[in-house]
Amino acid sequence: MAFKSVKELLERSRETGREVWQLIMEEDANDRNVGTEDSFEKMRSMWKAMKASSDSYDPSLRSSSGLSGGDGHKVREYRQKCISGEFMGDVIAEAIGMAESNACMRCIVAAPTAGSCGVIPAVLIPYVNKYGTDEEKIVRGLFVSAGFGQIIAERAFIAGALGGCQAEIGSASAMAAAMLVYLQGGSPQQSASALAFALKSLLGLVCDPVAGLVEVPCVKRNVIGAVNAITSADMALAGIETMIPADEVIDAMRAVGAAMPSSLRETAEGGLAATPTGIEIAERMPVLK
Amino acid sequence: MNLFDIMGPVMVGPSSSHTAGAVRIGRVCLRILGEKAERAKIHFHGSFALTGVGHGTDKAVVAGLMDMETYDIRIPQSFELARENGMEFTIDTVDLKDAHPNTVLMELKGKSKSIKIQASSLGGGRISIDEIDNIKTSFTAEYPTLVVHNEDKAGHAAHVTKMLAEKNINIASLRSYRDKRGGFAIMVVETDEPIPIEVIGELEKKEGIIKVTYVNVI
Ligand code: SF4
Repeated sequence: MAFKSVKELLERSRETGREVWQLIMEEDANDRNVGTEDSFEKMRSMWKAMKASSDSYDPSLRSSSGLSGGDGHKVREYRQKCISGEFMGDVIAEAIGMAESNACMRCIVAAPTAGSCGVIPAVLIPYVNKYGTDEEKIVRGLFVSAGFGQIIAERAFIAGALGGCQAEIGSASAMAAAMLVYLQGGSPQQSASALAFALKSLLGLVCDPVAGLVEVPCVKRNVIGAVNAITSADMALAGIETMIPADEVIDAMRAVGAAMPSSLRETAEGGLAATPTGIEIAERMPVLK
Repeated sequence: MNLFDIMGPVMVGPSSSHTAGAVRIGRVCLRILGEKAERAKIHFHGSFALTGVGHGTDKAVVAGLMDMETYDIRIPQSFELARENGMEFTIDTVDLKDAHPNTVLMELKGKSKSIKIQASSLGGGRISIDEIDNIKTSFTAEYPTLVVHNEDKAGHAAHVTKMLAEKNINIASLRSYRDKRGGFAIMVVETDEPIPIEVIGELEKKEGIIKVTYVNVI
């Protein structure tokens, strides 16, 4: 069984002296009745798949709705002029590119969902390029990320239809933040703080895809998920501690999601989908007869 | 939720329910047909009908009928590939009563068999087979699954359980669904272990058993 709370995960790590990524890997191996090497290799294949989708980004592709494509490339070309610096330029480009690839029916890694697939690679790939992190460490980082994500799924939800976009982009951002802290050598408690910061900042974000498609605003929301993960990790690494414990933040996300009307949970009946332009776009979408 | 449902799956986008789930539905339906699909009539209901083109649900179902996996990069080209492979298909919309919003109804024909299946995509790539040949069913194809068309008479369940027990295969669930008018029933058996091919052949020889298909697309 997955861990029920961040508290339980951190306590177990303290008691056993085992690292968080190891505990998460061991739980997975146990759950699926496989060896830990098997689990590790499977996570490695997720990293390889992320890299492969990033490497095969094609700026000429457009989604069948015509709403997505080519924007990741624009940011790549612009990166040297980025106000937030070249590293952030790469993060933005990666987040958009991956989400565009998803919209254009390319192969991606849902992390935790297809709509939010750009967040984790957008922090991980530029990070690895900057710090030259070795593959073993990257895979361990992904375990940390997935393990914290599993706790969010366990206590709340990770689907926009259930909890709004805070559950998708918010969860992805929180998972990425916890992972970055680990990769930078921070403590498990700092990972938990980073997770809490990231989720708190996106609390209440609604799911309002124009025309019901995972494109507008989804593609660009991957950017805020990634950027928010980095700033959250930096805050935690600087020694700031979360006032509200991570588990309580997750529970608040659940409560907020439950209170959201269904028009703001992926039905394309509210938010941006219900703007005049959103409605106009929906009306000119190709439909089956 | 499994750790690799959080970090994963590797899939062709854009949507786990409208794309990956649709591929899976196509693939499971192909297995239930039990041979290559030569002709397919595909009818989309609800959200599948409304947003299917934008989500590539049409291409995804056809890809599944061509036995592609949810991560197959050829999914966007499935229409062309189907035509090259001699599969004819039509796609339109339908308004079904009491159906899940993400539902597809399919009429499939192979060389010697034909079948009608209604299935829905529940989210996160999970699916449900809701109707086979006008008989209501409910299974997810997440286990190795036997679908047995049989005459609605006593004793058929015993044939199946006895045979599986002899092969040391543990039954996770066994449910029987029947046509209200009687005469015809469908038994769905989910098992913990994969089922050897010979069991299926042997079962098909039993009296009163019309057809046995095996779905194992985990
Ligand atoms: S708006 Fe909805 S569909 Fe789009 S990324 Fe957010 S949760 Fe997913």
